[in-house]
Amino acid sequence: MNPTRQRRLTIVLAILAAVIVAAALVVYALQQNMNYLFTPSQVQAGEATSYKTFRLGGMVKADSIQRSNDSLKVTFTVVDAGGAMPVEYTGILPDLFRENQSVIATGHMDGARFIATEVLAKHDETYMPKELKDAMAKAHAGKHIDEAANQDKQQL
Amino acid sequence: MTPELGQLALILALFLALAQSVLPLIGAWRGNRALMAVARPAATGQAVFVALAFAILVSAFLRFDFSVQYVADNSNLQLPWYYRIAAVWGAHEGSMLLWVLILNVWTVALTLFSRRLPDAFLARVLSVLGIISTGFLCFILFTSNPFARLLPMPPDGADLNPVLQDPGMTFHPPVLYMGYVGFSVAFAFSIAALLGGSMQQSWVRWARPWTNAAWGFLSCGIVAGSWWAYAELGWGGWWFWDPVENASFMPWLVGVALIHAQAVTEKRGSLRAWTILLSLFAFSLSLLGTFLVRSGILTSVHAFASDPRRGTFILCFLAVVVGGSLLLYALRAPKVAGGKAFALVSRESAILVGNLMFTVAAAMVMLGTLFPLLGDALNLGKISVGPPYFGLLFPLLMLPVVLLLPFGPYLRWGNSEAPMLKQVLVRAGIAAAACAVIAAFLVQGQLKAIAGVASAVWVGMGVVLYVLKRWRDMPRGRRYPAEMAGMLLAHFGVAIFLIGVLLSESLSVTRDVRLSPGQVATVGGYEFRFDGVTQATGPNWTAQQGVVTVTRNGAPVAVMHPQKRTYAHEQVQTTSAIDPGVTRDIYVALGEPMDPNHVEGAWALRLYTKPFVRWIWGGGLFMMLGGFVSAADRRFHVKREAEAAQTVTAVLQESQA
Repeated sequence: MNPTRQRRLTIVLAILAAVIVAAALVVYALQQNMNYLFTPSQVQAGEATSYKTFRLGGMVKADSIQRSNDSLKVTFTVVDAGGAMPVEYTGILPDLFRENQSVIATGHMDGARFIATEVLAKHDETYMPKELKDAMAKAHAGKHIDEAANQDKQQL
Repeated sequence: MTPELGQLALILALFLALAQSVLPLIGAWRGNRALMAVARPAATGQAVFVALAFAILVSAFLRFDFSVQYVADNSNLQLPWYYRIAAVWGAHEGSMLLWVLILNVWTVALTLFSRRLPDAFLARVLSVLGIISTGFLCFILFTSNPFARLLPMPPDGADLNPVLQDPGMTFHPPVLYMGYVGFSVAFAFSIAALLGGSMQQSWVRWARPWTNAAWGFLSCGIVAGSWWAYAELGWGGWWFWDPVENASFMPWLVGVALIHAQAVTEKRGSLRAWTILLSLFAFSLSLLGTFLVRSGILTSVHAFASDPRRGTFILCFLAVVVGGSLLLYALRAPKVAGGKAFALVSRESAILVGNLMFTVAAAMVMLGTLFPLLGDALNLGKISVGPPYFGLLFPLLMLPVVLLLPFGPYLRWGNSEAPMLKQVLVRAGIAAAACAVIAAFLVQGQLKAIAGVASAVWVGMGVVLYVLKRWRDMPRGRRYPAEMAGMLLAHFGVAIFLIGVLLSESLSVTRDVRLSPGQVATVGGYEFRFDGVTQATGPNWTAQQGVVTVTRNGAPVAVMHPQKRTYAHEQVQTTSAIDPGVTRDIYVALGEPMDPNHVEGAWALRLYTKPFVRWIWGGGLFMMLGGFVSAADRRFHVKREAEAAQTVTAVLQESQA
């Protein structure tokens, strides 16, 4: 082989090897880190049983937020139109965490309750995350989701 | 001035942009000098009108003109003047206007500093920039007009999102856009080179300073964004692998690859097609970034939702720009290939490996960012990709880069001999190992921290050794040309960045605690005493302000005042208190009162000590400086056409030989 061809072959082989390694790693990392979003009614219907950690999305039920007296433990109930799920979380809740506001919690099931490791509330009061809106619409097709929840608001 | 004048200015700018995109292109094709000469005045005129429109929008904000919808949505009577100016780019419409304004700034700079470029080439470059500008002006005028009226006029406006009411946020978007849009210049140069179809490689030398400067701005913008997230969002993190952050990071990664590939192409003529492809990618990713942030298609902490028409428009625009440029590339790239051969151990090879890593990293980030869309399209359910995906893959991809980095300056073009490299390997290796051993005692065996010290010393030692070598070998005045100084600065920035990231990630201590007034919590060797909450007021907010006294072994360190602000429209925003230091930051954020009716009582507090966290941004700033310094190299100043033509023919003969 002449040097040019040899060089090209080396480059092609190097790229190929890198691509294979990268693809394998990406598949591995994706498998470990994909989080699915479910609403309480979907969880209660058993759709989330095959996932160890997942994200739970819904509304915070009014009068359900209860703080522990001596620690940062807090419990609240996340609801959608067809289900309710008690959630336990230890830590500081985000600024926009309120009753009757949408919330997405990441965590796992422990018996009948959901132990959250992270709680996110959206920055904007009138804005419901699009994926949460879709998930709730899917959970009870036909039920009306407030269109005002998707108003044209943005930031940055 | 009435807002309608602003709209009129934009329409005039659009016509000038159309003239700028079509006429010079025809002129360059037909060899008609008169048509080519249209480019420069059209670009200047367009810039004047866009600047006028922008000024009118700023003045509408300053004069509280709530009859303009955009002003009413994003400001109110209590908002201080500096945040009213920042509010101009606080939402979609204004930031698009800023985008176009910055594109015009780059274009005008190009017309001023590139007078000596060949006429046809400059005409093509300006025409490509005109096409981009036309697209964005249409976008503004047809889907997101910032001057739309709101009648009847409300007595007061809504509020600028409190998250954005922060000094970091006032200059983060403009600087970031300077970087995004700056890649359009490299893009235009590449397209012009493809259109010209000539074998000349001198265009790469003309494009290099622009790419370096754009990349410097992008680095600065990302650093500012990261700093803002750290200071303002109250979680103490500096990078979240959030889609919006990724959107700015992808062009940055490709930009790193592009800068190095351009060096190879300019100096050796190799990798020409690859350089062109990278500049197409860099700008396409900038557009994709704009699209991701503005379309509301991805859920992220930067919550967005938007008019679907806008998404469709940007998607079509993206398809035209990316598709069109790739098509042109496919047709013309075979003609520009060439250059000198290089051996396995050579600077070209090292840069190629680095390039590969950076582009794969950009692809990896893109996959993670767009995967939720992919999952949605394939009906896999609502998926999000967590930060550990990026956290696992990115360091792996960057490992070869860090390992190769010290050798970079020592490697010769074409073919490099081993003894010199072995010397570097031994010296930097010993230094890194020694520092790692010392560090192991200080950090109690934290592997990540030891790796951080070792890798930073490895990279830093390589740079320092090379600086000393140049000092010894070269006569005064020729030791560090700007291009090389920039390279050394940026590489040194990598070392500082490595220290910052790995030490702060491994040694930070975080505690969420519940404290009653008078209680003390100990975090990372510092005692934090909570002294209760007082009231504070600002121009447009009231706040509950905590008082936290920090001591170390009884000696006072700082008194900190974290706040929980309530803005005029009931929006709540945590403002953390930071005691900065070179070797550590102390960071306190106020959580919530345990009993909302009894704020004098116990509160939830988030306490951090973050060693070396500042070095992260320090490293980023060094990299930025490197970009700017090397952009200023005198070698890049465009020579007279005659000389340039001579070099071109010389190079041609060389590459044919």
